Amino acid sequence: MNDIYVARSSAVAARALDKEMVVMSMRDPTLFTLNEVAAEIWQAADGRTPLSSIVRDNICVKFETEPDIAYADAEALCRQLSERGILLLSDQPI
Amino acid sequence: MMPSLIIEIGKFPVEFVAADPVFVDTLRERYSGFTTDSPSVSPVRFSVETSPDPFPGEERIQMSRSDGCWQFGRDTFHAQWFPEKGCGSIRQTAGITPIDNVLRVLHTLLLVRRGGFLLHAASAIRNGKAFVFSGVSGAGKTTLSRMAPPDVTLLTDEMSYICPDRDVYRAFGTPFAGDLGVNGVDVSAPLTEINMLAQGPRNKRELLSPATALAALLRNILFLAVDPEYVRLAFEAAYRAVSILPVYRLTFVPTEEVWEMIS
Repeated sequence: MNDIYVARSSAVAARALDKEMVVMSMRDPTLFTLNEVAAEIWQAADGRTPLSSIVRDNICVKFETEPDIAYADAEALCRQLSERGILLLSDQPI
Repeated sequence: MMPSLIIEIGKFPVEFVAADPVFVDTLRERYSGFTTDSPSVSPVRFSVETSPDPFPGEERIQMSRSDGCWQFGRDTFHAQWFPEKGCGSIRQTAGITPIDNVLRVLHTLLLVRRGGFLLHAASAIRNGKAFVFSGVSGAGKTTLSRMAPPDVTLLTDEMSYICPDRDVYRAFGTPFAGDLGVNGVDVSAPLTEINMLAQGPRNKRELLSPATALAALLRNILFLAVDPEYVRLAFEAAYRAVSILPVYRLTFVPTEEVWEMIS
């Protein structure tokens, strides 16, 4: 598995409310509401922690999911958010 | 001295100075109830110049900021505003619609710096408290306004003016009218709740989760400037509002009974 690193874009405004997260891109301004799992990934996306570690330490523990399935879902989500410009993706620390 | 008119919304006055006295009289009539000779504070002053030719530009308002100057315009006007100097200029085609555009732009920019916003919403005062009813075109803002009982003071059926005042939010009347076609009343009251409108088979009101409330509010705030600082300020203003105010989804049948839920 080739791991990836994810970092929150600086061109967004974001706020956690209860367990969800509302994120607004400052470019368009497009709005995103992240559910509890997505919010967890978003908040852990510091650009230094590999996604596999985020999934293992934050997602699998809290949501009791299988690591492989959770990683695949997390990677798909991160790629979607990256395409929308609110998350940065790299194969090395950002 | 050239004729001029001061239009004050939300205790923020804007003076328009034009060579044509008929133009100023037309403005006075259009903004009836919101004009003043004794403004709350020194007004922002705009000179208005009319040109018979259309302007190069799109049908929607474009905005940009550089060197302390906001520039905004569309196919019917070009405007410049220097916030630090408290003045600006407008070149426009005939008619007063560009002035309405300028006022909306100006107040979105001014309000966001004070932690407030213009919201696509009807608003009204009942029993000394303000209520906001937000939704896109067709959601029922004007329908609800039209059905308001006599004890309700309408602030607007189209564009609500929400501004923090110490530890509360206040809703102010605006002259930004929708299909109702009448100006709101130039008064204000503490805002107690925000309702997101939906029409349905029966009247009901549900409290929205904070994230849903924030997203719904942001979708209905008048966003004109794609400027990072402005977007961040608007986002934070909406976040503070949903942190303080309850936000409901108000599903209603378009009959007068819906007002029984609003007191």
